[in-house]
Amino acid sequence: MITKVIVSRFDGMGLIFLGVMAVVAIFVPLSNLFIPESSFLHVPTYVMALVGKYLCYAILAVSLDLVWGYCGILSLGHGAFFALGGYAMGMYLMRQIGSRGVYANPLLPDFMVFLNWKELPWFWYGFDKFPFAFFMILFVPGLLAFIFGWLAFRSRVTGVYLSIITQAMTYALLLAFFRNDMGFGGNNGLTDFKDILGFNVQAQGTRATLFFLTALTLILVYLIGRWMVTTSFGKVLVAIRDAESRTRFLGYRVEHFKLLVFTVSAAMAGLAGALYVPQVGIINPSEFSPANSIEAVIWVAVGGRGTLVGAAVGAVLVNFMKSVFTTGFLAPYWLFLLGAIFIGVTLALPKGIVGTLNDLAGKWRRRPVREASIPRLAE
Amino acid sequence: MLRNARLLAAFLSMIFLAVPLAPALSAEISPATFGRLAADEFSETATAIDEVAASGAPNAQAILEALGSARLFFDPTNKKIYIGGTGTVTDAATGTSVAAPTGLQTVRVNNRLRRAIENALGTLTLLSSDPAKRRAAADALFKSRDASALPALESALKSEQNAGVQRLFAEARAAILLGQPDTPRADIIDSITLLKARGDIGAIATLRSLSDKAAPDLRQMANEAVASIENRLKMLSYVQNIWYGLSLGSVLLLAAIGLAITFGVMGVINMAHGEMVMIGAYTTFVVQDLIRTRAPHLFDWSLPIALPLAFVVAGLVGIAIERGIIRFLYGRPLETLLATWGVSLILQQAVRSIFGPNNREVGAPSYMSGAFDFMGLSITWGRMWIIVFTLCVFFALLAALKWTSLGLYMRAVTQNRRMAGAMGIRTPMIDALTFGLGSGLAGIAGVALSQIDNVSPNLGQSYIIDSFMVVVFGGVGNLWGTLVSAMALGVANKFLEPFAGAVLAKILILVLLILFIQKRPRGLFALKGRAVEA
Amino acid sequence: MTSEKARETQALLYLDGVSVSFDGYRAIRGLSLYIEPGEMRAIIGPNGAGKTTMMDIVTGKTRPDEGEVLFDRGKYDLTKLDETAIAELGIGRKFQKPTVFESHTVADNILLALKGPRTATASLFGWRNRVHQDEIDAILTTTGLIDHRDRMAGVISHGQKQWLEIGMLLAQDPAILLVDEPVAGMTDHETELTAELLTEINKDHSVIVVEHDMAFVRALNCKVTCLHEGSVLSEGSIDKVAGDDRVIEVYLGR
Repeated sequence: MITKVIVSRFDGMGLIFLGVMAVVAIFVPLSNLFIPESSFLHVPTYVMALVGKYLCYAILAVSLDLVWGYCGILSLGHGAFFALGGYAMGMYLMRQIGSRGVYANPLLPDFMVFLNWKELPWFWYGFDKFPFAFFMILFVPGLLAFIFGWLAFRSRVTGVYLSIITQAMTYALLLAFFRNDMGFGGNNGLTDFKDILGFNVQAQGTRATLFFLTALTLILVYLIGRWMVTTSFGKVLVAIRDAESRTRFLGYRVEHFKLLVFTVSAAMAGLAGALYVPQVGIINPSEFSPANSIEAVIWVAVGGRGTLVGAAVGAVLVNFMKSVFTTGFLAPYWLFLLGAIFIGVTLALPKGIVGTLNDLAGKWRRRPVREASIPRLAE
Repeated sequence: MLRNARLLAAFLSMIFLAVPLAPALSAEISPATFGRLAADEFSETATAIDEVAASGAPNAQAILEALGSARLFFDPTNKKIYIGGTGTVTDAATGTSVAAPTGLQTVRVNNRLRRAIENALGTLTLLSSDPAKRRAAADALFKSRDASALPALESALKSEQNAGVQRLFAEARAAILLGQPDTPRADIIDSITLLKARGDIGAIATLRSLSDKAAPDLRQMANEAVASIENRLKMLSYVQNIWYGLSLGSVLLLAAIGLAITFGVMGVINMAHGEMVMIGAYTTFVVQDLIRTRAPHLFDWSLPIALPLAFVVAGLVGIAIERGIIRFLYGRPLETLLATWGVSLILQQAVRSIFGPNNREVGAPSYMSGAFDFMGLSITWGRMWIIVFTLCVFFALLAALKWTSLGLYMRAVTQNRRMAGAMGIRTPMIDALTFGLGSGLAGIAGVALSQIDNVSPNLGQSYIIDSFMVVVFGGVGNLWGTLVSAMALGVANKFLEPFAGAVLAKILILVLLILFIQKRPRGLFALKGRAVEA
Repeated sequence: MTSEKARETQALLYLDGVSVSFDGYRAIRGLSLYIEPGEMRAIIGPNGAGKTTMMDIVTGKTRPDEGEVLFDRGKYDLTKLDETAIAELGIGRKFQKPTVFESHTVADNILLALKGPRTATASLFGWRNRVHQDEIDAILTTTGLIDHRDRMAGVISHGQKQWLEIGMLLAQDPAILLVDEPVAGMTDHETELTAELLTEINKDHSVIVVEHDMAFVRALNCKVTCLHEGSVLSEGSIDKVAGDDRVIEVYLGR
């Protein structure tokens, strides 16, 4: 019975994805910690860090797919939610440095001492406590999405207009966070972290744990997303995507649905950013740059929108390619390739990798059934 | 104001460097004066400066300048004064060049003396034959309010023929008189009136210098004059803000005008629009580069030559994009957005590979540089021409859409594609040409923007968001709306800047725009009706 | 604002003196229309007579410039409500161009339309996730779509989409159905079936049908209103309206 429920909730791709992720989540950290470096099964720390980064992007991609793939909201500002979650985590990590900073100020982070600030700004209060910081990681992006969405969806800003204003939103935040007097470290952002929950962020054990948590979060975010889209809530989302005004005439409060999925998605993106920061060791305003958000959209498009799994696959794949291409003699060609991916996917592979695979699998599976049903329909 | 001060400083330094033109007075500097200088004591030197200035001798200016720049020497043995040169020195009394005697010492000056020297020089140049120098001298006196220069100033005022300079002399005299405790009442009233009419920050400072001992009603009068000048200056700063705003607005309009065609009329989200602007700017660079190496005398023509070329180059690239990519994506705006973003990445990287990642220098032709004064506003020619140019482009485009057959077909195709096709219009060609037109306009914008912005591969990126905001704010498909919105955003930005700073002003404008679009999703001048929401 | 007459109305749907203009063009001019509970009404008229705009006004898509639009014996002022609220009151609409959710199956289209709580939380946790297939199948049987229940709504034929949309209206179970050109593009046989279907539906619901097909209107056998230039030109039985000189002049032709 339970297996039946699980199978009905998850398509083949989903089950494969969950299986692979479970293996990755357990194998990679254990291998990094316990398999000797000489063995070919050993995962070196830098590889783990890289894959950990990809998985954070995958969470961002899944959250974006939830709003774009299912509800048709093309957000060009999801990078902003990611960055806000990252900043919330960064603020926690900064407060953990305490008096070990260059200026050894027990309360103020170095950049504030450098700017001659005497007091901690009010919005930095509480970030020394992890539970509060964790709450803010979800709450701040969620709140921004809620306010933004409440205004936008209620006045029925849709399609490209919405895309353009989400882009303007992240652009405004980019400019704002570059300012020193915003109190977030300006141009340099937040960095030089020491501890997370009492563990050294640089230590191998901490890194392995962070990796495990990231993989686990990806699984969790996928499960939540999958649950949302397989309930009738998800069906309403797709209905909104395909025929918004029709959905309205059916009596659905379209703006509520959009608002809920947008807010949840933003919180997920914030979580991704929060996991990203301790693993890469820095958060700065460039994370808000509009180009980042658009890049996240192309991950989803490459993997296949409206599939969730595809979003994760696309994020990992594109970023892997980016890692390969941006090192060494290929570096000048990366933007050519990325540009070609943007064009190629939209023109030639509109359903993305996973979507196309699903179609192929569907055709292969359904062929005998369809042939049998034709005479009946013809009657 | 700061600009004016700098200009003044530049003028003054020019005067000091120039070979002095002696006033037509046949006087000489007395040996006693030279004796004072040779004594090398500050108090003696001070007296000597006054005497030199009052002497009216042809070499007075040269001596004072030499003193000011520590090139005036004395021979302790025979108390002779020499003006220093390279290798040789000039005997200050006779004006003959001699080999420098050994043991020469510099006549020392301190800051107080330096000021005295400057004032004295100012007085001397009051009689210069060059009106610009007399003007500068008057300005210097107006600032220093040096009472000792009053007699010289008054005599210069009497003999002055040039009305403009005469006015400046009168103002300088008024400034000096105001500062004196024993000035007659009538003169003070005249002075206040004169300064009020002058109406700049210098006049305010001078009016405030009116002695505390002056009669209360005079002080009242001076205060009122200050208030009136301040009001005038405030008005002026508003006008200035509006001017700067219009200037920024025309830049926004230039960047957005092509988008108003591709996005506004065709509904295509072209994220590579900024790169069309960039292509226009690089076309200008290439044209200028060729002109510099092959035909430098044509340099002033580089922009007029670049304009049609930029239009054609950007237009052709646009047509290629439309035929190669966008035409497959009509009716799928979000996909178009992604594909054109890809195009923009490729174009940026291509330009980076060809021209390098750094800023490229695009020079300003002579008519684009410099500034002129208009009702107390300093207006740079560059800004001025860009506003004029933008309006020309705008109205040319309006006219083209209205009266050319391409314009007619364009409107027909965008309003009812199938009907237009049925009437024999080749819709795919019109699509391509329309897109080419929008891209070409962006290219033209690039020519103008190369004059005020860095020509780098990132040039386009900095305009894309602003351009979209302008078009959306103005109302999609409405060229007049685009004009109004660009100008409104430009002016709003410049009015916010003094309070909020440039970056915050930009952020505020973005936030206001986002809020505005929530209120009126279809922009300022939205089309209404049943067809719109379909 | 509500006038005395309006408050006393027994009509299910009450339009009085409604006007609306788009950019100076007056699409509706002083239109008055009363629909009784349980009534079937056919609305005819030339293109641009304001038929679709009238439906837009009733369903909240367009706000009238003036006039009263009341529902359920004058209880609700529809000009103050948005599309969703109006749909929740029990006014269902079928569009001129069939609009179904093309990437959902036929069955899911009906599921989404089924009467019941429509909030976001109810969709996540509520009964719509536990609807029995029988309920859906009953409606699909009525509309003749049961064989296509698991096909994507995007791939069924035009006529089937029209029926699916009517089926969705049935599932919505509204007090009144506004049906815009239901037989456009249908074969004669399909048209006949649709007339039967609407008559069947009319047993439990009020129905307003906008249609050009006079044979179909005749088959509905109900009161007819002819609109012209945004107001009522003629109203009454089909024979009365079809015999009206002005109707013949502007619409039917001689």
